[in-house]
Amino acid sequence: MKLHEYQAKEVFAEAGIPVPDSQLAESVDEAVAAAEEIGYPVAVKAQVHVGGRGKAGGIKLAENEEEAREAAEAILGMDLKGYTVESVLVEAGVDFVNELYVGVTMDRGEGKPVAMVSTQGGVNIEEVAEENPEAIAREHVDPAFGMHPYQARKAVYDAGVDREHSRDVASILTTLYDLYEERDASDIEVNPVMITSDGDVIAADAVMNIDDDALFRQPDLEEMQEAAYENDLERKAGEYGFDYVRLEGNVGIIGNGAGLVMTTLDLVDYYGGQPANFLDIGGGAKAERVTNALDMVFSDENVDSVVFNIFGGITRGDEVAKGINEALEQFDEIPKPVTVRLAGTNAEEGMEILNTDLVKVEKTLEDAVQRAVSDAEEVNQ
Amino acid sequence: MSILVDDDTRVVVQGITGGEGKFHAGQMIEYGTNVVAGAVPGKGGQEVHGVPVYDTVHQAVEAEDADASVVFVPPAFAGDALFEALDTDLDLVVAITEGIPTQDMAKVYKRLSEVDTRLIGPNCPGIITPGEAKLGILPGNIFESGNVGLVSRSGTLTYQVVSNLTDRGIGQTTAIGIGGDPIIGTDFVDALELFEEDEDTDAVVMCGEIGGEDEEEAAAYIAEHMDTPVAGFIAGRTAPPGKRMGHAGAIVSGSGTGTAQSKIDALNDAGVPVGDTPEEVADHIEDFL
Repeated sequence: MKLHEYQAKEVFAEAGIPVPDSQLAESVDEAVAAAEEIGYPVAVKAQVHVGGRGKAGGIKLAENEEEAREAAEAILGMDLKGYTVESVLVEAGVDFVNELYVGVTMDRGEGKPVAMVSTQGGVNIEEVAEENPEAIAREHVDPAFGMHPYQARKAVYDAGVDREHSRDVASILTTLYDLYEERDASDIEVNPVMITSDGDVIAADAVMNIDDDALFRQPDLEEMQEAAYENDLERKAGEYGFDYVRLEGNVGIIGNGAGLVMTTLDLVDYYGGQPANFLDIGGGAKAERVTNALDMVFSDENVDSVVFNIFGGITRGDEVAKGINEALEQFDEIPKPVTVRLAGTNAEEGMEILNTDLVKVEKTLEDAVQRAVSDAEEVNQ
Repeated sequence: MSILVDDDTRVVVQGITGGEGKFHAGQMIEYGTNVVAGAVPGKGGQEVHGVPVYDTVHQAVEAEDADASVVFVPPAFAGDALFEALDTDLDLVVAITEGIPTQDMAKVYKRLSEVDTRLIGPNCPGIITPGEAKLGILPGNIFESGNVGLVSRSGTLTYQVVSNLTDRGIGQTTAIGIGGDPIIGTDFVDALELFEEDEDTDAVVMCGEIGGEDEEEAAAYIAEHMDTPVAGFIAGRTAPPGKRMGHAGAIVSGSGTGTAQSKIDALNDAGVPVGDTPEEVADHIEDFL
């Protein structure tokens, strides 16, 4: 789960990390009022889960009321890489002399968290990591002990942060690690940490992603999730409890198990079609989940045909077949052609139960995918 | 022959009184697995499928001489259950549980480096030696005893590829699902090493997916150390960057690492043919045999 910048900054501020004065605004008038109260200059920043907001026009500076209004009008409602901007953060402009990067993430290869500091902040840190890896000081943390104070100092000194600011930057890193651990973050970073012309050290941006598997013990963060769905289909998937990702194509895909669903997507592409989504209904799926899954793909207007691929281990083919029949019998006319392939536990029973007036049935994965791809092509002719 | 499990393996099931644990303990017993005990705090003295249940893993191991455990404990308590298993001097622990918080697993991973126990998983279907024993949730009926080893990050994809093999009469020595999480115990390299040492394994299938660098490391290992031929499959060629595709570990980062293409290239460079479809993987294995 991703927090918005304003949400992450609330968490940071509460933990004692210095952040600029700011207010969230959902209308142009609110944004202008916020700017007047904070005082100019201000930055008006789109609150969407999209990287590279600045370059895409999602961040504008304003020196006065007129510019603040213009900035808010331009950003609110704009389309940023497919997502509509519904709120902006109006924030006090910072007169900075230097920009740093500070963050903590999981190094999965090592199985350990890694704390990182760089004096080349303010730009895409992944580019720095690729082109000039020595510019990022890294310190692996033993998760049994947490980050020792010396490790924060070491990372800051190794990165070459000015002596006069090293203590403040180390303090931000220490607090970030504590938050990373206490709040079950998967990534937490400030890019940039700004050194102001007055010599203050301040967190000008905030990224905080939470491990979805740990939300059960972070109830206050879980509450913020409502505000963070990217579109209606993803909200619906969340309510149904599906792993779902929307893609650009027109062949809807339903399956069980992440690896097999990914493989089904890949085969759609391999046979010349374009996958519309990733939808994993999970293990042990019963009739109701099957109905919900069909509802998901049918409500995506991009979808022209559907392939339903189940390999039963825990999931039983006869249960799935019943669910498919029940779901489709509700329609006077099937909204989009559905091809079903069942294998594994009770697959033969399932195949016999399936109502072939409503669905097409194929024995192999390859055949089912090719059928769905050609159905989608027909719709578009 | 086989690797890690056979009909001598004595298994304790952690979480045997829960819905999943109970069902799959029954399935394991039916398959012929030597399930000797269950362990569930507060349920000591009960019996499930005729198997005695103990309050702690220590008690179960002491009373029934178990050497392996299978963990079906719910995610919020699974980290603790894994510590309990690792502190009990078992040879093998198989963690089926999906959804264990990553930071809990980081602590378990640290402990793992201090003990001799091998961990498979978490978030995996388990391990099976066809005709002898299965520890986990794999559907036994699709497997057949034979001479091909299989290691995979994904459950249902394993079943798909296994059925492609079995349908052609190609059986398996052992199949291991290593799990789709960012932090796992046994990885590709560990499993490949075991198959390389196994005299009865004549070829190996390796099913990877996007995310992380385990497949690239496996490719380097194969090129350096393996005589047994390996065929590969990589899921997630069409996955967009930055989106988690079901598995917590299956994500292509923004900078383009962990992509299917980088894994396919690495495997091809190591002389490993990678199938475009599961059927093609079976073709490659048939060519090897």
